Amino acid sequence: MIHSLYDPLLLSIAVPLAVAVAIAFGLPKRWSVRLAYVGFAAPALLALCVWTRYAGGPQDHGYAFLTHYNTGLSGLGITLTLGLNGISLPLFVLASLVGLAAGLYAIQSGAERLKIYLMLLLVMQAGLMGVFASVDIFFFYFFHELALIPTFIMVGVWGGRDRTYAAMKLTIYLTLGAMLSLVGLIALYVKSGATSFDLITLRDYLAAHPLGETVQKNIFGLLMFGFGILVSLWPLHTWAPLGYGAAPSSAAMLHAGVLKKFGLYGLIQIALPLLPAGVGHWSHPLALLAVVGNVLVIGLITMAQRDLKQMIGYSSVMHMGYAFLGVACFSALGAGGVVLLMVAHGLSVALLFLLATSIHHRTHTFDMDEIGGLAQKTPVLAAFFVAATLASIGLPGFANFWGELTIFIALWHFSPLYATLAVIGVVISAIYGLRAVARVFFGPSTEALSQVTVANPPADLRWSEKIPALILLAALLFIGFWPKSLSTPLNATLAAAYPAPAQAAAK
Amino acid sequence: MTTDLLQQAAASNQWAAIFPELSLGCLALLLLGLEMVLPKDNQRQIPLVALVGQAGILVGLLINFYTATLDTETFNSLLRHTHQGQVMRVFFLVASLLVTMLGMISLPKQKVPRVEFYHIVLVISAAMMLLAQSNHFVMLFVALETVTVGFYILVSYFRTSPFSLEAGLKYLVMGALSSGLLLFGIALLYGVAGNPALPGHTAEPMGFSGLHSFLATGANAHHFLAASGVLLVLAGIAFKIGAFPFQIWIPDVYQGAPTPVTAFLAVGSKAAGFAVLFNLLQVFSPCSWLLVPVITVMAAATILFGNFAALTQHNVKRLLGLSGVSHAGFLLLGVVASVTVPMAVGAVHFYLFAYLLASFAVFGVMAHVAGANDADQELDHYAGLAKTNPFLAAVLVIGLGSLAGIPPLAGFMGKLFIFVAAFKAGHYGLLGVAIVGVVVSIYYYFGWIKAAFFETPTASGDECQASRPQISVGLVARVVLTLLAMATVVLGFYQGPLGVWVALR
Repeated sequence: MIHSLYDPLLLSIAVPLAVAVAIAFGLPKRWSVRLAYVGFAAPALLALCVWTRYAGGPQDHGYAFLTHYNTGLSGLGITLTLGLNGISLPLFVLASLVGLAAGLYAIQSGAERLKIYLMLLLVMQAGLMGVFASVDIFFFYFFHELALIPTFIMVGVWGGRDRTYAAMKLTIYLTLGAMLSLVGLIALYVKSGATSFDLITLRDYLAAHPLGETVQKNIFGLLMFGFGILVSLWPLHTWAPLGYGAAPSSAAMLHAGVLKKFGLYGLIQIALPLLPAGVGHWSHPLALLAVVGNVLVIGLITMAQRDLKQMIGYSSVMHMGYAFLGVACFSALGAGGVVLLMVAHGLSVALLFLLATSIHHRTHTFDMDEIGGLAQKTPVLAAFFVAATLASIGLPGFANFWGELTIFIALWHFSPLYATLAVIGVVISAIYGLRAVARVFFGPSTEALSQVTVANPPADLRWSEKIPALILLAALLFIGFWPKSLSTPLNATLAAAYPAPAQAAAK
Repeated sequence: MTTDLLQQAAASNQWAAIFPELSLGCLALLLLGLEMVLPKDNQRQIPLVALVGQAGILVGLLINFYTATLDTETFNSLLRHTHQGQVMRVFFLVASLLVTMLGMISLPKQKVPRVEFYHIVLVISAAMMLLAQSNHFVMLFVALETVTVGFYILVSYFRTSPFSLEAGLKYLVMGALSSGLLLFGIALLYGVAGNPALPGHTAEPMGFSGLHSFLATGANAHHFLAASGVLLVLAGIAFKIGAFPFQIWIPDVYQGAPTPVTAFLAVGSKAAGFAVLFNLLQVFSPCSWLLVPVITVMAAATILFGNFAALTQHNVKRLLGLSGVSHAGFLLLGVVASVTVPMAVGAVHFYLFAYLLASFAVFGVMAHVAGANDADQELDHYAGLAKTNPFLAAVLVIGLGSLAGIPPLAGFMGKLFIFVAAFKAGHYGLLGVAIVGVVVSIYYYFGWIKAAFFETPTASGDECQASRPQISVGLVARVVLTLLAMATVVLGFYQGPLGVWVALR
């Protein structure tokens, strides 16, 4: 029950929210934009500060920076409990970085009704920081929804083609997923018999009084499908490419990059450690859906896409398949790989969406057949795009490599067959990734493109676009070259929460 | 007998226990008096008097929330003052305050007498407050009939509108039928509980405590007449709530009734039904073998019917009416759970408050958007509202979001509490139905939001827009709508005393 004035976690939620409220109450546009810089930068600075202080700092029940705040629901066992452990720290940092990049990109985008757009993005940012800082599973869910609602509005109002249909579909699918996971979480709370939604109490209580196997199986099933819809588990993924295709760039960056990871984070932080017997029943169906559906089927569909943004949307669905495979392994190694992959994929997919929008600004089309030879005119944009594509394929040197490698190793222990099938996916993603690069940036310039660009020749990336891209790329490379900065705290937490590798291998 | 009662009442000064109801009645009379006394120019101020008077009574009630009469029976056990009763009293007072406010927006658009409207609203509110505290079937029936008769007048208040008159007639027929069922149920219970041939028969078969002790004796709860009586009383209440299969009247009546009355019906009348249901559930607790399955089926059917029927509506009043049916279903889910899980009572109360705030926010927007023809309020009229009036659009979104149960708004917390309670009570099947209902409801609520935000007025919409006057939001309305929206948001984040009220039980 520590209450100090300086709580970096609470501040990282409160600052964007406060800025959003200030804008909602009619701040003039110039000040709105200035304050928005503060709202996006504060969480990033706080998160970096927390990251450096995490190692060696004091820990309480495996959580650093633990604080409690009463919101009037303590009688139900709900308190706003904030804290970070090794699993949430990487994602907290990810949310802050992608948020900063998305925010900066939105400010320079000059969107219509910019004030309201920034306000919604700030609310989303606050929600994202809250999701990963919450130890209380009620607030974990609550902040997710806080971040989710602005997405619907942003897609519906600022979206591109088919935005109304996309917004509607997104809303219905994601509400269904959220509702299923909510029921799962309520079931976990009620069935455990613990009197608190607090994850620490819940974990200690369940360690002393484990749930029956059937109960665990049912609850895990609810959580798996609920969270699964949110992460676009095949065949419930159809909202994702459509939604991302229609979403404005910053919303797509934040949703595909960070918010989507909520489901996986929930599985790794809550479902797997608390429901070990449930995982056993579901791991094979989950792995099968992920490897056949997400990796192979969606991989092939991705290859057939002509629309650049849709392709990135499908590729993100495909990469989530690897993450599900890591979850299905149910080992510290697999879970660690998923966390690394989540961070890496979050950064790289956000970068790709950003660059795709920048390409669209220059060519006024997302259709890859109509673009060609852009590299001659915009070499910097081309360089960024190539780097982002290589990262997304999983080239060593980028963070994605460590995530995928770890998952493949864990998967080999789990089932060599699945591992083999999953590796085929890497080839598929190399094909569509490199083909997209080739179509957009190299080869002859198409006639359709030259018609558009003859009036205003495409300029290279401006600094206002470069800075957010650089933030994301730098983070990708930093983690790629020094994964230990994330894996050390991750190991410590996973070792406590997951069965030892020897046990997992013996299963 | 009568003098005894009066002497007894005077001795303990029990009138103080019902001071809010008495002051409401006096205020209602004052309004009529003012209309006679005041010159015509000043009569516009009369609604303000009603508003201020109710606010004063609300403050008085809140200050005296924990009165000495709490947990006692007054007026020869006609009334019983409980915590729940106090909460519902506050609820009804807030509701009537808001209805008065809506009336001030809506009535000037029509050529109708003004003051009588506020008068009747006050009388109905007083009756609802008594209803929530009744401890005797005579009290219950008298209060309920006062409410219903008041609504007969209010529903057909726009007497030049054929829709309003049609709605009034439908409500009259249906209301009379429900009163008949209720009365028949009461008569059966009276007869069986007072039957000297049965064990545990009571001298006070109309009083709740007497009836409860009778039902709790031996196999009386399984007696055919008693069970029929209980079911008939439940049917009568189900009309008020708008629960399946007694929800048929809702779309037509809601569409035809003046917007403020629709709001009052949707919130006040529904809540009154639930207040009575809670009281009766305690009385009928020995009959829960019968009530629990019946209400369970009712809740499931209500949720499904409300949501699926609302999907195809284009008239927003009908849509809100049917969505209100589904809300009644969610509330019934809480009621079923309350049989075994005490926390559910608080959850239902919280839900009602969230529903009140959100509904009045939405109805407030509707009262502004509506043109001269009150029954003609289509979804198309909302196209482009975000551009023409961002304030109303923002309030609409918050209200609808809360009704849809989207976090972080109050409506989500209400649904969450009810789901937790239902889970604790083990109603898994019903919970599954509720989840389906929530997902379906997202579709039509977002359809409305879509119309307001994502759509531009079409050609035919332009004509409508041109034919209707520019929407202007008065100062009082602006303040009230802002307060409603803010309360909806704040209750989602910080539940404070209401959260404690839920958790305590």
